[in-house]
Amino acid sequence: MATTATVHAHAAPQGFIRKYIFSLDHKIIGLQYYFLALVAVFVGMFLSLLMRIHLIWPTAVLPLVGEIKPETYLSLLTMHGTIMVFFVLTTAPQSGFGNYFLPIQIGAPDMAFPVLNMLSFWTTFLAFVAMIAAFFVSGGAPLHGWTGYAPLSALPSAGPGEQLGADLWVISIAIFCVASLMGALNFITTLLDLRAKGMTLFRLPLTCWAWFVTAILALLAFGVLLSAGILLLLDRNLGTSFYVPLVVVNGTVMGHKGGSPLLWQHLFWFFGHPEVYIAILPGMGVASQVLSTFARKPIFGYKAMVYAIMAIGLLGFTVWGHHMFMSGMSPYSAFAFSIMTMAIGVPSAIKTFNWLGTLHKARIRFHSPMLFAIGFVSLFVSGGLSGPFLAQPVLDIPLHDTYFVVGHFHLIMGVAAIFGIFAATYYWFPKMFGRMMNESLGRIHFWVTLVGTYAIFMPMHYLGMAGHPRRYSQLTELAYLHDLIPVQQFMTYAAFITIGFQFVFVFNLFWSMFKGPKASDNPWEATTLEWTTATPPPHDNFGGHTPVVNHGPYEYSVPGAPRDYVMQTDPVTATAH
Amino acid sequence: MGTLTPTVSIKDPKLGHGGSGAHPPVSDGGGDGRGENGVPDYGGRLRRARLGVLLLLVTVTMLFVAFTSAYIFRQGLPVLDERTGKNISDWVQVNLPTGLLVINTLLLLLSSITAEFARRQITQEAALAPVQSIPGILVDAERSSPWLAVTIVLGLGFLAGQWIAWRELQARGFYLATSPSSSFVYLLTAAHAIHLSGGILALLYAGITSLLRRPLELRRIVVDITAWYWHFMALLWIYIFALLEFVR
Repeated sequence: MATTATVHAHAAPQGFIRKYIFSLDHKIIGLQYYFLALVAVFVGMFLSLLMRIHLIWPTAVLPLVGEIKPETYLSLLTMHGTIMVFFVLTTAPQSGFGNYFLPIQIGAPDMAFPVLNMLSFWTTFLAFVAMIAAFFVSGGAPLHGWTGYAPLSALPSAGPGEQLGADLWVISIAIFCVASLMGALNFITTLLDLRAKGMTLFRLPLTCWAWFVTAILALLAFGVLLSAGILLLLDRNLGTSFYVPLVVVNGTVMGHKGGSPLLWQHLFWFFGHPEVYIAILPGMGVASQVLSTFARKPIFGYKAMVYAIMAIGLLGFTVWGHHMFMSGMSPYSAFAFSIMTMAIGVPSAIKTFNWLGTLHKARIRFHSPMLFAIGFVSLFVSGGLSGPFLAQPVLDIPLHDTYFVVGHFHLIMGVAAIFGIFAATYYWFPKMFGRMMNESLGRIHFWVTLVGTYAIFMPMHYLGMAGHPRRYSQLTELAYLHDLIPVQQFMTYAAFITIGFQFVFVFNLFWSMFKGPKASDNPWEATTLEWTTATPPPHDNFGGHTPVVNHGPYEYSVPGAPRDYVMQTDPVTATAH
Repeated sequence: MGTLTPTVSIKDPKLGHGGSGAHPPVSDGGGDGRGENGVPDYGGRLRRARLGVLLLLVTVTMLFVAFTSAYIFRQGLPVLDERTGKNISDWVQVNLPTGLLVINTLLLLLSSITAEFARRQITQEAALAPVQSIPGILVDAERSSPWLAVTIVLGLGFLAGQWIAWRELQARGFYLATSPSSSFVYLLTAAHAIHLSGGILALLYAGITSLLRRPLELRRIVVDITAWYWHFMALLWIYIFALLEFVR
């Protein structure tokens, strides 16, 4: 008889600290990541609100923040981007939900290396503390944007935020890299080695495939960002010249010579582009899972979905140059990067059409997870369609430094990934907390967020085409921007409303945790392994026994089956093919 | 193999009792990687630990690939000469203390061999442990040699050698910030030294676990994966040395 003692070297902990703080349980660690991301997303949202307020009321003096000077605006922008990309979009979908559900979905009692798992969370937490600390040091937070382009990021004298604040920023990113590497290593080992009997690779839920490919991307990409960060720290503090050419700042010749700012861009974007997929792939996995469950149909083209995820991951490493068309690169390189970038449209379209194929002629159950999954598809399409524009150097050059790019990446990388997180939250909440979330509040939250985010980010495309530059804090100085201010006002009002309604979500989350109606073990009538165990799952996930998998992950509406779905652990005879 | 299984739970390791933790290596059995009857599945753990270290090495490779591409990129980069207005190369060849580095290389290679001896020795010990635990059977224990300690000493010797090499570089006028080429020399050697120090810490940990009488199989896992890591560090050093020596 198989037992769970293997990986579960640790018994169920008793004390509060071992149980909830320094826990080795992947479920608790997943929740820790999730709540860290929840805190981070509110910090990031608050910063974006400050920026939006400043754009339309430039002279307003705000409580807590005071007057927003141009450099304050830049540091808000930098911290908003960094916190959102690293501590929300990378943390919640992959480390949060992946940690909680990857082991359960493959039938494992825990991650392969529980101690490493705990360490990776606490290193991430340390990175977050270092990042937030940048606000409170002399000079304040850095100005160089989340992309940290040198030489601005490499010269402490380049601006008020570029002293200790920028050091903290680089150190935080470096720590985050180490944490992500530990996490990625753990995910890959777990998925390869700890699958339950019968859980072949092609019986994995698409969520697991997405987390797996994401972990591979993280394993390959974060090492490169770490190297870039180390070089930046050396340039900043030890006088080397990796990134800094001979420059003069405020009349003073800096001691650097011969470095190349382009080197930073290459290293950064070699990480940065896969990072986009690190943010979005888990969302794709969740969307596939949720669409199939609530459409009561097998996912359309399961294997095509798997190969598409792999193709997106692979191609993601060949396109970093499309962020650098403005850098004066050779047109031949630009052409190659352009072709590779547009090639990503193919697997992306495969995924989109498969999602639509799954919905086609389905008897859809419109619960809140399903609404958010459909919203994800919608945002992925609208954000994705502006991709091929930017993938072409001739179009990218006029659009690159405008709001067009801001609109593009917020829709596809920001909001789409966030919708993936929301879909996952509404979908798995009953399993995680044993109670149901309020459906009406979920629907209100969905509709306002969907309409609100489109209202915020769609107009950015028009602003971009009108030549509105991004990263500008003052719109009043340039005459041609005057006509565009009403559009900015509209976006700010939309942001107020959308952000306001996120508190509905937070209320629903915490209220349902304690007061929601009790959830059954399988409230959505889903098929994957997490729905076969108790709600919430016991310490070793399956209460001392190990599941045996006999079926694929999405067997809905099976002809002849007693129910309209066949769970992965059902005996083989349940399908009367 | 399963019949020999003593019932030792990892939750409360058997402390003291002479040959600390005498467990047979549980056969891998493929597939799900689970032990039987509550026995810790050390075979599965070893397999996962090896996979983990392999993935770690992938990451380390990416780190050094990034450094290498930065190195080659920077080397070929023309710099504008302010006086003539022409593009020139400002790459300065670093005068490496090659003889010293060759000695260091030999030290590290030697340590890689002793690490392999340590790995094989503990693998053998782990395999023989269940036989030894049968009363009345006396396995002629081979002279157990302190390969682990020798490896640590050689590793520290390598690090000391690198330190001397840095001092020598400074004596020749190449500091970290002197030129891009010297920055890369320090960067690559220091990054390698930090990684090797991690290996030394892991070996020290293995030594401490033996003092703490933790199960032999646990120590075996640490020694096994550290040995693989160590071999990789030796290879990595040869790569770095060749890069600095021949691509300059």
